[in-house]
Amino acid sequence: MRVIAAMSGGVDSAVAAARAVDAGHDVTGVHLALSRNPRSYRSGARGCCSIEDAGDARRAADALGIPFYVWDMSEEFADSVVDDFIAEYTAGRTPNPCLRCNEKIKFAAVLDRALALGFDAVVTGHYAQLRTDERDGTIEMHRAVDMGKDQSYVLGVLTQTQLAHSLFPLGDTTKDVIRDEAARRHIQVAQKPDSHDICFIPDGDNAGWLAEKLGPKPGTVVDEDGTVLREHEGAYAFTIGQRRGLRLGIPADDGKPRFVLDIEPVSGTVTVGSRERLAVGHLEAIKPLWCGAAPFGSLDCTVQLRAHGDEHRARLTADGPHVRVELHDAASGIAPGQACVIYDGTRVVGSATISATTRVAVG
Amino acid sequence: MRSPHETVYLDHAATTPMVPEAIAVMAHELTFTGNASSLHASGRAARRTVEEARELIAERFGARPSEVVFCSGGTEANNLAIKGLYWSRLAQDPARNRLLFSSIEHHALLDPVSWLADHEGAQIDMTPVDAAGRIVVDDLRASVESDPSTVAAITTMWANNEMGTIQPIADVVAIARKHGIPVHSDAVQAAGYLPLNFAGSQLDAMTITAHKLGGPVGVGALLIRREIDATPLLHGGGQERDLRSGTIGVALIAASAAAVDVTLGRQLETVARIGRLRRRLVEGIVRVVPDAVVNGDPLAGPDHRLPNIAHVTFPGCEGDAMLMLLDTQGIECSTGSACAAGVPQPSHVLLAMGYDEVAARGSLRFSLGHTSTEADVDRLLEALPAVHQRAMRANLVRKAS
Repeated sequence: MRVIAAMSGGVDSAVAAARAVDAGHDVTGVHLALSRNPRSYRSGARGCCSIEDAGDARRAADALGIPFYVWDMSEEFADSVVDDFIAEYTAGRTPNPCLRCNEKIKFAAVLDRALALGFDAVVTGHYAQLRTDERDGTIEMHRAVDMGKDQSYVLGVLTQTQLAHSLFPLGDTTKDVIRDEAARRHIQVAQKPDSHDICFIPDGDNAGWLAEKLGPKPGTVVDEDGTVLREHEGAYAFTIGQRRGLRLGIPADDGKPRFVLDIEPVSGTVTVGSRERLAVGHLEAIKPLWCGAAPFGSLDCTVQLRAHGDEHRARLTADGPHVRVELHDAASGIAPGQACVIYDGTRVVGSATISATTRVAVG
Repeated sequence: MRSPHETVYLDHAATTPMVPEAIAVMAHELTFTGNASSLHASGRAARRTVEEARELIAERFGARPSEVVFCSGGTEANNLAIKGLYWSRLAQDPARNRLLFSSIEHHALLDPVSWLADHEGAQIDMTPVDAAGRIVVDDLRASVESDPSTVAAITTMWANNEMGTIQPIADVVAIARKHGIPVHSDAVQAAGYLPLNFAGSQLDAMTITAHKLGGPVGVGALLIRREIDATPLLHGGGQERDLRSGTIGVALIAASAAAVDVTLGRQLETVARIGRLRRRLVEGIVRVVPDAVVNGDPLAGPDHRLPNIAHVTFPGCEGDAMLMLLDTQGIECSTGSACAAGVPQPSHVLLAMGYDEVAARGSLRFSLGHTSTEADVDRLLEALPAVHQRAMRANLVRKAS
């Protein structure tokens, strides 16, 4: 196959490209320029957007002897990922921009462009496994063998068509093996740290970045009785489940730490309460995307509610565009806007966007 | 190590292969030691090689040997010219802080000019160009005459690197002379393809570089009249009239002279041959891709455009997609410039000529040179229809998403 290897400049995508070459594919390396104003040098563990990363990707392509280009996807990224991130926060939800980037950029804009230009697939360094069901040709996505690195959560939004043109050669390998392999292949980025944060927020200060984009939107922090505890400059500085940095001044009556329970975007009211009150037992989700056939009726499954989050056993009921999830064990810090990715064992069944949560009654 | 591979190289305006004579001279010179500033026999021999090269280059470009200041190439020569003239003219008269330049200059000139504006208090006045990419002389005249006493220097490239459009240097000089304003011209693209005579042009300074005419990368020269004061960028051993300190690159300079000798010696015949190839190229392009638009001055000749550059817009396509698809087939051309990360940028030259950003992104530059053949042109024409189709499709997909 003729494949595009999306190369971030990191070790994973470089080894993925190398493995695609080994598998006999005709591989072309592409670095995605996602930022309008690329920063000259990396600061911290950035995954993309710097000239240095583009240079590292280029050097990895050199090591593999494959052609290399930079594709300017900054416009698509700004529209589909950055603007979406801002809009979601404005609406009081907590988006996952990496997931959105996979959905709209890497396996949409990039894949579409690759296909139009005569390529057959896109290979990335994501940790997930694809298997084709021999009976009906359905492509199953499974968790990576390295559960610490598994990225099936941020790929949970991909459709069968997208998966049919995707290659994830790292899913069957653990990260330490990948690092060794990169060193053996003389890929210079072998010792680079993993990237975790949001690539378009350079210093990792999400609240500060949002404040700059959105300007002050004053509101109040209240307790569950509605008692105003303090004023704030913008509800977007808070996330559900947040404990640190609330600066409430007066301690709670019971002396226990308080957490953000709810964010009301219109009024900007942030409600705080005890840890127990964070526990969510039921959630509603919308816009389901099924990885294969939609489940019929109810399904015993597990769900993952954020990147690198725990698995929760659950019973799911799908009803057209609505998904209801009963969690067998309560989850905490669950915010509307996050993706609920549904698994059957290691297999991704689908994903949906959390629209509402119901707390476990505290008895 | 790089190995030569079968390519159709249509990017001679970026750099052109060294002529074998220059490679031979360079390899030979590299076997000797001797600092051209040393007083012993080896030093004198090195100096002699440099001075012979200087004399040859001066003679071929209609300059005096003392007017040839060797440096690292076009970027340095342009920086030395514009910063050097600005600082020295300002030092003579603090009112002279205005720099006049054209909107289509190479970044090696635009960037030092805007740096002078940002850091050294320069007032900068950009002369617009017409739809063919030629400066509007009346606008330049009006700008000068609005206040001639404040002009530090004027710079206008001899021929544009993207379009090949040749600029009315004589008109620029005539305007400047009336007021005693020094004029510099970046002749990097013109050298080798146009007859250039420094004395005859009445320019005060002119940039040339070796690697565009069959010499090595890393060496060039600013031709600058003796009576012109310029402040050096580099201070040190006082080489090159004290304008450009640094140990003299004997082998690079000798190879440059060899390249100038060969390339200018057969310039007439090369230009005639390349002119025919370019005609084959552009006629072929509009035949196989009928909606392709050839940009710049349609007329050939030393008052119109360079014989070797064809700049083409492919409506509904992105240049970088076409470049990649052609590259896959071993056909190499250019989209213009890219940022430091490698992102293709819309050409400021096309934007200055009045094209919109979409057209500017949908363009390719094909540039021919001394090694180009009919077979090269034909391979491009053979590949182009399918490449064009695919790039169109990719662009539609992009717009749809």
